[in-house]
Amino acid sequence: MALEINGKVIETDEEGYIQNLNDWSPEVAEKMAGEDGCELSDNHWEVINFLRNYYQEYQIAPAVRVLTKAIGKKLGPEKGNSKYLYELFPYGPAKQACKYAGLPKPTGCV
Amino acid sequence: MADETMEEGGNPTGVVKKFMYVNRRAPYGTVYPLEGLEVVLIGAAFEQDVSMAFVDDGVYQLKKGQDTAETGMKNFSPAYRALEMYDVEKLYAEKESLEARGLTQDDLLVSVEVLSTAELTELMEQQDVILNY
Repeated sequence: MALEINGKVIETDEEGYIQNLNDWSPEVAEKMAGEDGCELSDNHWEVINFLRNYYQEYQIAPAVRVLTKAIGKKLGPEKGNSKYLYELFPYGPAKQACKYAGLPKPTGCV
Repeated sequence: MADETMEEGGNPTGVVKKFMYVNRRAPYGTVYPLEGLEVVLIGAAFEQDVSMAFVDDGVYQLKKGQDTAETGMKNFSPAYRALEMYDVEKLYAEKESLEARGLTQDDLLVSVEVLSTAELTELMEQQDVILNY
């Protein structure tokens, strides 16, 4: 599979995660979200940017449980809970947000 | 795995076993260290009593300043610093293995409890499950 952004073809795996993490740009996230019928708000970007920083630091995509806890610590309890994150990313907060953020699929279930 | 059903992991049976993951190999050259680490990170969702031991060349997995640029492999060592967030807090390194390689706690990227072979043996005997990588 692949995405086309401004005439450039970006390879993705069969689940839509980009193959080369350096190919990421905000347009990649916009495009993926558009294909899922989702428009990215500031709240989405907050999580996407959080994940990109997390990956930069630890070189892993966090499990959803860890993501929820870490978001709570950074952004407050009203955001660090499953309900809030599932409303933003109904396909599973870690899985869907990691995909938009250009990270590999998180090890774990969601 | 079935999508959302396992989101929280958890431990419905309430049985807690002592799991020790023993890491004996240098970080690169085989896939064992990375695979072993992934098993720990996934298994962390099941709320067991988890520890990791680093012995023999396995102590190199925790060495600061790893640079894999020329090997074409990903430097996954920063992930050891994420273990704490996965509630994996019991990390042990064998004293003799560190000494034989000229390493001390200061050379490691996470803080570990340094145990002698005898102390580690005793700890291993208390485990329900030991997995070697």
